Amino acid sequence: MAEMTMVEAIRDAMDIKMGQDKDVVVFGEDVGYFGGVFRCTAGLQEKYGTNRVFDCPINESGIVGVGIGMAAYGLRPCVEVQFADYIYPAYDQIVSEAARLRYRSAGDFTAPITIRTPCGGGIFGGQTHSQSPEALFTHVAGLKTVIPSNPYDAKGLLISAIEDDDPVIFFEPKRLYNGPFDGHHERPSQSWAGHAWGEVPQGHYTVPIGKAAVRREGQDVTILAYGTMVYVAEAAVNETGIDAEIIDLRSLLPMDIETIETSVNKTGRCMIVHEATLTSGFGAELAAQVQERCFYHLEVPIERVTGWDTPYPHAQEWDYFPGPKRVGKALVAMMEEI
Amino acid sequence: MSDYGPLKFYVPEPAGRPGDEPDFSYLKVPKAGAVRKPDVDVDPKEIKDLATTMIRVLNRDGEAVGEWADPIEDGVVLHGLKSMIRTRAFDERMMTLQRQGKTSFYMKCTGEEAITVGQQLALSPGDMNFPTYRQQGLLLCQDYPLVKMICQILSNAKDPLHGRQLPILYSSKEHGFFTISGNLGTQYVHAVGWAMASAIKGDTKIATAWIGDGSTAENDFHAALVNASVYKPPVVLNVVNNQWAISSFQGLAGGDSATFAERAHGFGIPSLRVDGNDFIAVYNVSRWAVERARRNLGPTMIEWVTYRVAPHSTSDDPSRYRPRKESDAWPLGDPVLRLKNHLIKAGQWSEERHVQAEAEYEEEVRAATKEAESFGVMGQGSTARDIFEDVYKEMPPHLREQRQKLGV
Repeated sequence: MAEMTMVEAIRDAMDIKMGQDKDVVVFGEDVGYFGGVFRCTAGLQEKYGTNRVFDCPINESGIVGVGIGMAAYGLRPCVEVQFADYIYPAYDQIVSEAARLRYRSAGDFTAPITIRTPCGGGIFGGQTHSQSPEALFTHVAGLKTVIPSNPYDAKGLLISAIEDDDPVIFFEPKRLYNGPFDGHHERPSQSWAGHAWGEVPQGHYTVPIGKAAVRREGQDVTILAYGTMVYVAEAAVNETGIDAEIIDLRSLLPMDIETIETSVNKTGRCMIVHEATLTSGFGAELAAQVQERCFYHLEVPIERVTGWDTPYPHAQEWDYFPGPKRVGKALVAMMEEI
Repeated sequence: MSDYGPLKFYVPEPAGRPGDEPDFSYLKVPKAGAVRKPDVDVDPKEIKDLATTMIRVLNRDGEAVGEWADPIEDGVVLHGLKSMIRTRAFDERMMTLQRQGKTSFYMKCTGEEAITVGQQLALSPGDMNFPTYRQQGLLLCQDYPLVKMICQILSNAKDPLHGRQLPILYSSKEHGFFTISGNLGTQYVHAVGWAMASAIKGDTKIATAWIGDGSTAENDFHAALVNASVYKPPVVLNVVNNQWAISSFQGLAGGDSATFAERAHGFGIPSLRVDGNDFIAVYNVSRWAVERARRNLGPTMIEWVTYRVAPHSTSDDPSRYRPRKESDAWPLGDPVLRLKNHLIKAGQWSEERHVQAEAEYEEEVRAATKEAESFGVMGQGSTARDIFEDVYKEMPPHLREQRQKLGV
């Protein structure tokens, strides 16, 4: 085991896969020589050469598009879009091409591509360095959408994504790159050092795509969360003393519906927490699934605590970000309902 | 008082609309043989003029003239002519099939047959085309089975794409034919990426990219060019300028301000503008660009100047936006007729053999259509189970559940 930050874990995953499989190539803006604006690819170009790790023109549809062409040839590109907020120029390539290559060609051509992109807020990133656009991808048939919350999962899930023969959108909550964050911005930053999930095995291992993790067992309410919100939920539970079961989804699609269903049927209450905006966010799908499957076990309406339906603001960061206070208040209210 | 008059908004218009006489005065056509042939390793800066002129080989008398008239291996040209006749016969029959209600949709490539057939014959096994929907000639000049092609058009029990795709959006890795997407321009970038992969792996395979004049306006055209410019992968970047994007003339894609070939200059990519209805020019220019790519000299753009004779698709009526006789007035003529005349002149073909060939391919396509129809028309024989397969490599639980809901 080694102590790693999420950045180091992500870099280690790429390093291991590049060492094992000569068809794995890594590229994106500032990814090569410089090692990435978040250092996730630091040292990889030096180790594997410019044939395997290289810098790209600032053109997201180009990055994803050439990646799809390479995948069709037989490579396994692991590409980076610098911020999830800048993935939109590549949306046509992702939705119309990567997601559908296998289906429309009846398996003649496939796109085993991983698209890594830092997401999420809580860093004063303003409108274009804070977004959580996962719902735009979970809505697309043919894509897998994954979002780790800690170094252990980040490495295991990224190795799984690179090995997966389907296109995977790999969201990295940048707020968690260097340490967990529970929304208490007034307290000093935490680091991964000494954190249980900062202990990462050396070498190859995988975390399966499509499997959630129960982070805290509880009896009274199920909280469905992912990314930074896992820690926010934890803080809210500790502060309210409510015996909640916290599920870290890890994979949004495919969704681990079994784990969710079992938990909600046990607790009879379900809260969904995500940073993304409310309307048509991924929480809506989760709520619908829980409502359909757990209807007779539900004691109160399903609750969603999310970002507001506004662009992500700068100055009002902590009024926008669904922090432990908002989550805690909603939890208490849920428990008071009959 | 202002020094300036009111600004005026400019929207380009084609030379002719319905009721007008066709007018191709915008097209400058140099004499066959007039344009020089540079070495394949020429500095792109030295051949900038080749993007504004037009490489032509076959003259009015059907003779191959000039530096681009290099000799072609035995059999290639004849194969080219036959494939063009076969492609035209195929298009005619499929149009009928659509009119009979046996398929929902079809798109002909009438007038553009030389471009695909000529380039495909200059490629090697293992090279990969990234075609649009108007490059059926790439398959028809190879050994791709006609029946299979028609089954795709009919979406029937033997459709290789299991009824999932619109008619004509074929896919065949085996024949170097990348899966066609309805989304325009996307595959231009894929071709560049595929070629980059070939270079990364130290392979000798090359890619060809295909796009129409209208789709050059798509963002992915520019994404492809910048990546081709930066990484210099082995790719031939084809622009098929057939003057029309559905009802929009090529000026609406910026074609009046500069040739499409010239667009490559800003990216430092050498480019050639070629008579797309001249099979010998198509084959020899393709060979030149393929050789450049194969020798690691980088990408080449080729603008093929041609004319879309047929309606855009079976859902289109060109008489509503262009002069009725415009295709007859097209200065570069008909690619089949021009090659036919050339081969007759060279003593390798005759009027009789031409008529025979036309009848032979008509019969071949007719028989293939009959066989394909025996597996169903208009979606007959497709199975609902196929809806859920191949979305992912393995079917995830939610799709399994949805398949059960449909009861299949």
